Amino acid sequence: MMADSGPEEIAVIGNTDLTSAELENNIKNTMVEIEKWTSLLRKMEISVGEAEKRTGKNTVNMQEIYTVYLIETRPVDAVTEGIIPAPDSLWRRYSEFELLRNYLLVTYPFVVVAPLPEKRAEIVWHKLSADNMDPDFVERRRVALENFLLRIASHPVLCNDKIFYIFLTEEKGWKEMVYETGFQAKADSRLKAMNAAFRVKNPDKRFTELKHYSDELQTVVSQLLRVRARVADRLYGVYKVHGNYGRVFSEWSAIEKEMGDGLQSAGHHMDAYAASVDDILEEEEHYADQLKEYLFYTEALRAVCRKHELTQFELEMAAQDLTSKKQQKEELVTGTVRTFSLKGMTSKLFGQETAEQREAKLQVLEQQIEEGEEAVKEKNTESDEFVKTAWVDIERFKDQKDRDLKEALISYAIMQISRCKKGIQVWTNAKECFNKM
Amino acid sequence: MSRTIDAVVSPTQTNTIPADISGQMLDLDEDDDLEVFSKDSTLADGNMFNASMQTSPGSMVNQCKFEEDEEGDSKDIFITVDNPESHVTAIETFITYRVLTKTTRSEFDNSEYEVRRRYQDFLWLKGKLEEAHSTLIVHPLPEKFVVKGMVERFNGDFIATRRKALHKFLNRIADHPILSCSEDFKVFLSAQAWELTTYKKQGPGFLSRMGETVRAVANSVRGVKNRPEEFTAIQEYVEDFSNKISCLDKVTQRIVKEQKEYLEELKEYGPTYTLWSGSEEELAEQLKGVAGCIERCCKETEEQVGHLSDTLVPVLHEYVLCAETLKAVLRRRDNIQAEFEAKNETLATKKVDRDAESSDLGFVWGSLLGKNPEEARHQRQERLDGEIEELKEEIDKLEDRVEWANNALKGDWGRWQRSMRGDLKSAFFSTAEKNVDYYEKCLAVWETFLLSQRTEPSEETDRDNTP
Repeated sequence: MMADSGPEEIAVIGNTDLTSAELENNIKNTMVEIEKWTSLLRKMEISVGEAEKRTGKNTVNMQEIYTVYLIETRPVDAVTEGIIPAPDSLWRRYSEFELLRNYLLVTYPFVVVAPLPEKRAEIVWHKLSADNMDPDFVERRRVALENFLLRIASHPVLCNDKIFYIFLTEEKGWKEMVYETGFQAKADSRLKAMNAAFRVKNPDKRFTELKHYSDELQTVVSQLLRVRARVADRLYGVYKVHGNYGRVFSEWSAIEKEMGDGLQSAGHHMDAYAASVDDILEEEEHYADQLKEYLFYTEALRAVCRKHELTQFELEMAAQDLTSKKQQKEELVTGTVRTFSLKGMTSKLFGQETAEQREAKLQVLEQQIEEGEEAVKEKNTESDEFVKTAWVDIERFKDQKDRDLKEALISYAIMQISRCKKGIQVWTNAKECFNKM
Repeated sequence: MSRTIDAVVSPTQTNTIPADISGQMLDLDEDDDLEVFSKDSTLADGNMFNASMQTSPGSMVNQCKFEEDEEGDSKDIFITVDNPESHVTAIETFITYRVLTKTTRSEFDNSEYEVRRRYQDFLWLKGKLEEAHSTLIVHPLPEKFVVKGMVERFNGDFIATRRKALHKFLNRIADHPILSCSEDFKVFLSAQAWELTTYKKQGPGFLSRMGETVRAVANSVRGVKNRPEEFTAIQEYVEDFSNKISCLDKVTQRIVKEQKEYLEELKEYGPTYTLWSGSEEELAEQLKGVAGCIERCCKETEEQVGHLSDTLVPVLHEYVLCAETLKAVLRRRDNIQAEFEAKNETLATKKVDRDAESSDLGFVWGSLLGKNPEEARHQRQERLDGEIEELKEEIDKLEDRVEWANNALKGDWGRWQRSMRGDLKSAFFSTAEKNVDYYEKCLAVWETFLLSQRTEPSEETDRDNTP
């Protein structure tokens, strides 16, 4: 069941009399509206329920083990008379998520597309497994994949995409559908363009700033995550060594008469203290995952900036081409040679052309100029469109980022508070025990 | 009842009043139930203070009773060890410490003494005390060199740690009812440097000390045969205790190490948030807030580690050394008993000898020397009788010695156990208290931050509500 959607495209604000601030505000308000009405989430519950292992043959016909994730969907208004129907479900593996994302990147180049969780765990602290088969890793990935789908489903533009909808609802034949859209060719040319080296003369300053920001964000968040992992490692060590107190106190209590009871119970508290760190660090891992998502988002930001550069570059090339053609025409008409050209040199050496030859050339040029002007107009519109739609999404992203990260920082503070409270409790208890010694 | 090791000694919890030799009662202001020792007149002539001679066990047992610890301000001697100074001579460089004594005890001529002592002097004192009271438990001295970590003797931390340990050492002796009466102790506290050097030279010479050592080794090789059950029990306990306390010492040092490494990483963590805040607008404040919280937690962590190093680590280390002292004391007691047992065996052998039929050999020799066989046998009997009498006298003395040694040890054992319990309890209690304090301070830091965040959302909700 297709989601009942509003306008298929983003409403383009054509009124240029507004100031840029008002323009931004209008965009924001429209975004909120659209989100309310077209968000797939309003119509559908989506969750990534479980994970399972499968075996099969890969592309080079070798046996492999991979994990599949269960995607469950259920219409929101399906809850009638208190009876919740069973959700529809299908299985997808990580590579299919990747395909979906690539398709979205190519099809909506002006959107900052939510990132996928990393393929392999990279920034880990030593107790945390980096093994793809490890149940904790799989669990955290499950959560991240669900988050990815929810991001797409709540995106005003992406949520209406048919391929996305089929990804959620039809297991078989989805891959073929994706390729049928001709996405592969677009993907290839996009890849080429991304890697090409070209210089843009007049990029929109905002995109240049955004590119710098995304580079900075990537650097600082990477560093933060690395140091955090080291801190977690050390904290783990501190807590766990206290477990030794538990053991020795218990042994020591056996040879003491007066102190025995106090020591024994103090020992139990030390054991509890040592054990408490596992949950504490597991929770912190969720915080790290939240930061990681935004670390990976920087790649999507850069992609949008790049696309803008490409569009702008093409516009500049078209404009340059037009200018040169016009110049050539002028030279032909006035007979002056302002720019060096082989023709000019040869005509100097071998004499002027005939009037008919000149007339023919002029006609060709005029044709080219007309085409060129069309091209420039097209490219201009394309570029403007892109800038507008991209910037709308970028503002949406910025707001989302600020909200999410603020919440993440608050939850981090709450985690620290919880850890401190646990510490107070354990050591207060231990203090009582020591007092009874 | 926690003890703090300050520069100035505060009244401690153990209070058995040492004997007042001059016959004057001590000033018992507050507590009526403080014990006063009965005095033996033999003390008046200062026998007790000639520590280089083994005191008569009988008189000792009469003098000092080991009573339960009493509360109260009855300390009459206050000692501080401070002010380490470095001295350079042609041959060596060494550190001296100022030892300041304030006392009202009448065996001291003055009420205040200020002397400088070096580590060697402390070692000498300990040796003398152990020599004179081989089965009393003398508090351990800090080691000559610290094996792990610091190699340099003149490192500031090393000197500070040593100073505190030396301070504790002297105060423990001052608290001890018997040891604090030692003449060597008095000289240590009061004599000027040259006086001490002269005094040290007195006493049994090198050869006689060697003789003692040889005897001790011989005794320990022989081994004790009938050790009383209670001392075996104590020995087993000491073995176990030694293991446990060494473990605790290691565990605690490991915790300090881990905590320090954690602190190092934490110091780098806060700045990453500050760095990030430079790239953000809306988030900058929150990020700086988090950075600030982490920074403040760093300070608290540093303090907590410091407390651990200053309070728990030295105490555990002391008791590791104590365990070794206890083992040595038990060995010495065993040796005393072994000597007694050996003498008994010799006596038995001699008796057998005397009661035996006259040996043919003796008869033959006697006849060779032209002696009357009857006379020879009679002479031999007399000789053996004399030897047996001598032996019996010696054995009596040794028996007394064993009894006294056992009583001394038993008494001191109870005392040691009490102070061990007190010291370890208060050290662990203090550590736990500091940890609670640490977490409470960190909690406050993060709660303040959270509070500052929660008040801002009022702006956010307004924005959401505008259509």
